[in-house]
Amino acid sequence: MDGVAVTLSFWILAAVTLVAAAGVVLARNLLHAVLLLILSFVGIAGFFLLLSAEFLAMAQVIIYVGAVAVLVLFAILLTPHAGRDNGETRMAAPALLLSLCLLAVLCFVIQDTAWPLATGGGPGLSAADLGEALLTTWVLPFEVASVLLTAALVGAIMLARTPQDEAEDALA
Amino acid sequence: MSVGIDNFLIVGAILFCIGLFVALSKRNAIGVLMGVELMLNAVNLTLLTFSRFGAGQHAIAGQTFVTFVITVAAAEASVALALTVSVYRNRDTVDVDRINLLKS
Repeated sequence: MDGVAVTLSFWILAAVTLVAAAGVVLARNLLHAVLLLILSFVGIAGFFLLLSAEFLAMAQVIIYVGAVAVLVLFAILLTPHAGRDNGETRMAAPALLLSLCLLAVLCFVIQDTAWPLATGGGPGLSAADLGEALLTTWVLPFEVASVLLTAALVGAIMLARTPQDEAEDALA
Repeated sequence: MSVGIDNFLIVGAILFCIGLFVALSKRNAIGVLMGVELMLNAVNLTLLTFSRFGAGQHAIAGQTFVTFVITVAAAEASVALALTVSVYRNRDTVDVDRINLLKS
């Protein structure tokens, strides 16, 4: 992809996303870490726009920035005595070593591979194309995903119920 | 000045490794979940990069796959956070190194 605007937006988005992700590691307060995670999600949505996936950028903002972030905040606020500390366990050093090794391998592979690239940066795809693909070629996974979401909804409600809730339901 | 496929892939790789470190090292179970979400986002970014730049007949498959990854990630987040709240209610902690009832 050429053009000053594209290049500039790529580097700004990369800086925002990666600094926010690093902030998730470094923030000492769990709530600050969640807010930085949200910023990182917004940066990813910007990348999706840059890769001309408009529908997925919108879905990213609604689902991650809207729903998942609120869920995480709810979970933090529902566990008040657990503390807001965002510290590491004793496994921090091995985890850091493993992550850096994986990063080195991935960077080596990315630089060393001759990717079979489409001429002209690939085709532009619209939300209409995605909708058509979801309801024709991938209609079975689409329906299975709806069953999965229902199961997750029921499972989450069952897990989060208290014994008092169950007693009240038994009386009703 | 141009941005190629490897720039996007390296951002995805760095993001994945940050997410891996967060998921492996954080003491708070909610912190671990945040790491998993970061990793899923990095994978989504990589999939969309290949969908945009890669040569192939099925560029729409990348976007479809990302749609399903977002769906499954939302389901995973809801169940995992419900589990966290449930563990907190029984043990009064969400520190993963203090949830060790099965340890002899």
